[in-house]
Amino acid sequence: MRAISSVVVALALALSAGGAAAQDKLNVVATTEDLAAIAREVGGDKITVESIARGYQDPHFVEAKPSFILKLQKADLLIAVGKELEIGWLPPLITQSRNRKIQVGAEGYLDASAKARILDIPTGQVTRAEGDVHPQGNPHYWLDPENGKIVARSIADKLSQLRPTDRAYFDQRSNDFTARVSEAEKRWLAAMAPYKGTKVVTYHRSFPNFADRFGLDVIGYVEPRPGIPPTPQHTLDLMTEMKRQNVKLVLVEPYFDLKTPNAIGRDTGAEVLVVPPSVGGVKEASDYLKLFDYDINLVIAALKKAGAGTR
Amino acid sequence: MTGVRLVRAVAICALLLVAPSSAFAQGTDVQALRQEIEQLRKELQAIQQQYGERLTVLETKLGAAQGAAAAPVAAQSDPGPTAQVPPGSGGAGGPAGALPVYGAGAAASKIFNPDIAVIGNFLGASGRNTVNPPPTLKMQESELSLQAIVDPYARADFFISFGETGVDLEEGFITFPTLPGGLLVKVGKQRASFGKVNTFHSHQIPWTDRPLVTDNLVDGDEGITDAGFSVARLISNPWFFLEATGQVFRGDSGDVFHSSKRGDLSYVGRLRGYQDISESTNVDVGASFAHGHNDSGLLDGIDVDRFTTRLFGVDGTIRWKPLRRSIYRSFLGRTELVWSRREQPLSIENAFGYYFSGDYQLARRWFAGARYDRSGHADDAALRDTGQSALLTYWPSEFSQVRGQYRRTKYATGDLANEFLFQFQFSIGAHGAHQF
Repeated sequence: MRAISSVVVALALALSAGGAAAQDKLNVVATTEDLAAIAREVGGDKITVESIARGYQDPHFVEAKPSFILKLQKADLLIAVGKELEIGWLPPLITQSRNRKIQVGAEGYLDASAKARILDIPTGQVTRAEGDVHPQGNPHYWLDPENGKIVARSIADKLSQLRPTDRAYFDQRSNDFTARVSEAEKRWLAAMAPYKGTKVVTYHRSFPNFADRFGLDVIGYVEPRPGIPPTPQHTLDLMTEMKRQNVKLVLVEPYFDLKTPNAIGRDTGAEVLVVPPSVGGVKEASDYLKLFDYDINLVIAALKKAGAGTR
Repeated sequence: MTGVRLVRAVAICALLLVAPSSAFAQGTDVQALRQEIEQLRKELQAIQQQYGERLTVLETKLGAAQGAAAAPVAAQSDPGPTAQVPPGSGGAGGPAGALPVYGAGAAASKIFNPDIAVIGNFLGASGRNTVNPPPTLKMQESELSLQAIVDPYARADFFISFGETGVDLEEGFITFPTLPGGLLVKVGKQRASFGKVNTFHSHQIPWTDRPLVTDNLVDGDEGITDAGFSVARLISNPWFFLEATGQVFRGDSGDVFHSSKRGDLSYVGRLRGYQDISESTNVDVGASFAHGHNDSGLLDGIDVDRFTTRLFGVDGTIRWKPLRRSIYRSFLGRTELVWSRREQPLSIENAFGYYFSGDYQLARRWFAGARYDRSGHADDAALRDTGQSALLTYWPSEFSQVRGQYRRTKYATGDLANEFLFQFQFSIGAHGAHQF
């Protein structure tokens, strides 16, 4: 009888220990700092968040380092940008993680692009002749605050699914984040309104959602094709076109070489701006809202300098 | 209620279509008619709005039920009919998510096809080599890869190698990534986890050839590749990444291992450690062991004696890649040392070989490399070859590369070979990402 009661006590202890463990913070790994920043907003102190790619790194070309396997091994949730942004490095990490929770299609895997508004979806035949094209559309969708809100909602739903007891907490934080983004968005839109329709050139196709939301018109790219470095002929053609259309701004992601953009700037008189497309791309862009604050201030300052947008 | 209003609206519409002439003919008040039409228009709008809202609610519910993944894509630019690729079957490199579905329902089955890619490896050689001359021009290999997720528990990878003389299954295995105990299990034909170069397919190595130590002690291009089981486990510790791998094979692997009976299995073990020194620099070290029977006891096809081969290997890799300029600059330094202990009818040969190599990325598309080789022969340790190589590689894109290699080899026989080797590699389709 005593033996039975000790077994019962032991079981009860084990179960309560399990219950206590279940209330530990959810361990979230995001592939980029943008998703990590949004997850942090939604998850608050109920989660821990780490990101794999740094904000100043080209997210297409991250190395699948074994140290990332260790991060993924312990993750309760993996949040990916999707749309094949991480296709070159995430799949082997997931396979080697030995973590059934975060396998593609499992409960702890979230493709943040699922409900986002995606641009540049190719129509017709897609071939590599177009460069490193993304057949499912442009994966840089987080640079639209509306998509940021959608991603926050997706993360809140996923976290609630994993931890139903904290649903109200995640909902409240997601709503709060959405409200703050909406408020800030009004400010950003108002600030950018005088420059609506301003023609710009970007290095890679990282800014379609940003341009679309804030009224910039991207008329060309420093890369002749996605993933293909600039060629002399393309650069000459681009400069001619920029002069013809009076383009005064070239946006460059922090991980690209500035040699060609600077040459374009010198020839056309356009301002060359290093614009971080991700949280952590520069020190000041330390969270999702600050990323837009930083980028929009930078663009507006440059446009003012160029004397654009006085309509 | 709405239905009644709809009927009424349709009836009035019909009336309006047939009535005008008579209405005017009867001299009805035009103003009243206009009011009637206005009223009708409002009702129609109300119905339209009501039905629109209902439809939206239904679509939302339907979208939620079907899983939200495909919905937003379809909603935006209507690229035609689409179908959802099963989660993860994109594997690495292939399309996933909404794909266009062409034609009839039968075509939908195509979305279950694995990722398919072909990598061509064309080699050319010039210069002088009297000992082991590669052909002047050769389509060395065309590697067909077929990769997909099998089910919620496993994925499968096939690599079929088409050479100039035949077809070979280079690898074909199933991987179980979600087993209890943190085990990663592979079953099938696979490249053994002996060192680094042995695990690489031809298109992954940073040279046009394999190092002398691989050719002389680990069976060259083929390497230790065999049918068997592989179990890998991470060894938890607070300091660094540590992985132990144990493999059991049938025991047939080119010139290295030969199985004469069922019990002649070969065994491979590897311990790999990895540590980030900084965000740009990391160190990767490993120790490997392989054991199996060899073919030196074969006499007229009968294994009259029972001789074995043991291989010990140590490898080290240092990588540097500054994250802010990761697509423009990198360095990879690597060495592998292999000791071979081969029992033979008249001797036990203890051969040793190694290589050192370095590859520096000069620009986004340009890489320069060098390698130093030295290796004894597995069946005669006294014979030692040495070699030096210098390489230059150009990448037109991620999917093709052109490589030139100057190679100077001093063979144990005393012959000296000076060669210029060149290579074109090109990839089509969706080839999975490689392990680090």
